[in-house]
Amino acid sequence: MAKVYDAGVKDYRDTYWMPDYTPLETDILACFKVTPQEGVPREEIAAAVAAESSTGTWTTVWTDLLTDLDHYKGRAYAIEDVPGDDTCFYAFVAYPIDLFEEGSVVNVMTSLVGNVFGFKALRALRLEDIRFPIAYVMTCNGPPQGIQMERDILNKYGRPLLGCTIKPKLGLSAKNYGRACYEGLRGGLDFTKDDENINSQPFMRWRARFDFVQEAIEKAEAETGERKGHYLNVTAPTSDEMMKRAEYAKEIGSPIIMHDYITGGWSANTQLAQWCQDNGMLLHIHRAMHAVLDRNPHHGIHFRVLAKILRLSGGDHLHSGTVVGKLEGDREATLGWIDIMRDSFIKEDRSRGIFFDQDWGSMPGVIPVASGGIHVWHMPALVNIFGDDSCLQFGGGTLGHPWGNAAGAAANRVAVEACVEARNSGRELEKEGKDILTSAAKHSPELAIAMETWKEIKFEFDTVDKIDAAHK
Amino acid sequence: MQDYQSSLGNAESRKFETFSYLPTLTADQMRVQIQYIVDKGWNPSVEHTEPQHAAGSYWYMWKLPMFGETDVDAILQEIENCHTAHPDNHVRLLGLDNFAQCAGTSMVIYRGQTV
Repeated sequence: MAKVYDAGVKDYRDTYWMPDYTPLETDILACFKVTPQEGVPREEIAAAVAAESSTGTWTTVWTDLLTDLDHYKGRAYAIEDVPGDDTCFYAFVAYPIDLFEEGSVVNVMTSLVGNVFGFKALRALRLEDIRFPIAYVMTCNGPPQGIQMERDILNKYGRPLLGCTIKPKLGLSAKNYGRACYEGLRGGLDFTKDDENINSQPFMRWRARFDFVQEAIEKAEAETGERKGHYLNVTAPTSDEMMKRAEYAKEIGSPIIMHDYITGGWSANTQLAQWCQDNGMLLHIHRAMHAVLDRNPHHGIHFRVLAKILRLSGGDHLHSGTVVGKLEGDREATLGWIDIMRDSFIKEDRSRGIFFDQDWGSMPGVIPVASGGIHVWHMPALVNIFGDDSCLQFGGGTLGHPWGNAAGAAANRVAVEACVEARNSGRELEKEGKDILTSAAKHSPELAIAMETWKEIKFEFDTVDKIDAAHK
Repeated sequence: MQDYQSSLGNAESRKFETFSYLPTLTADQMRVQIQYIVDKGWNPSVEHTEPQHAAGSYWYMWKLPMFGETDVDAILQEIENCHTAHPDNHVRLLGLDNFAQCAGTSMVIYRGQTV
């Protein structure tokens, strides 16, 4: 029987709370951590979140009756306590796949983290996880090359990749900058990297940087006989300008370029990733601004969601945190999103903060990049945590070597190879790390000095954003 | 302060990817690395090349990859056979991971006269 138009305000839960709903295989599922205003029932709030992030608005409108809202609406289908925190709860919402444009993380996120995050009935809201159904995954282009292709392009097998962010991050001239790259690459790095702040400032315009850095790469390759690259940052004020820089990087023979996917925007990122796939380029992704979104345990978007967004939008590398360096990152949670970046199927695992099974089908994986305040003493832990399919990036930990970048790079290269050799021999890296490095340093004066230089440096602060568990 | 010894003119500066920044692996260490390839379930494959052509993706395969071979001695023997037949060439051992469709590891075991 047809519905009758009844103007006015209805409780959200009458329409959007469906505790008996069984999500479809094709639904996009979301888990929100909801901190409500006092006195509002959980079901009503969960329903409001579902409504405001899908078809609903605050009042009934006559045009609702021109469509089949029961088909299109988001459905709040479950509520759970948050372990160890009574101020909030988890709300699970299922969205029918028809709500979203194919291949558009922009469209999905505009709904899921749109107006609803400013909703007055909420004190705070955090998007903890999204399950993208394989049907939706298949509409996205994903990483341009993927992990195996990158290894084959660069001829790097059986060990983590090694990189270095050039410092100081601002103010070098193009020629001096290329010098810093060259020294690192000839010392044994696979990659050097533009800092995210480096775009095309007056002190170093992009084109001059690209030219000098490419000369550095080519000389270091001839000298070492190994393939090398530099992440040329093409992040730009407009996507036209971004594409212009990308085209030039390809023209001069650079194997890899770089983009900041949050500040640069997901639309630009998806465009660039597709271009990279069409043009045989690798794409390194930086994540400036992520901590604004993901660090507050009660409000924002968890990094595991941002990592999924990137895998769908496209990128071959993504900064993932280090666990051990200067930047925030809980170990179990980091292991969880590293799996999300690399594996083809990830099981729900609350101990790592993973709320849903995620099936990526044949979509290639993304290499996690560990970067930020790490040095040679961290190497055993990094190799153990990240494994071979990773990029370990030492900025200060290369350039701060007392003998310069080449020696700093060689120290890190010797250390990473010694750790891989020891791991393959069945040794426990985190327990025996000191022995492994000390014995490798006997054959490498560069490593010995690096170990001496950084022996006292630790970053032992407690993590702000922990996995939700009963702490009390 | 020590100078970093590396130059275009000195062939000793050429590196060979994984493990080439460590001292040459001893026979015992080499056995352990081969055992690792076997334990991973990867297929050992021996390849060689003239040093002046080392930069390319394709080296010559020494016979077919040793599918299903788990005997470390047999693998070592094939590396030796390849080296004996091509004493001036670089010889490398790969562990081919057929699930990843990519080498799981690769290490150069004999070096010819580097150029």
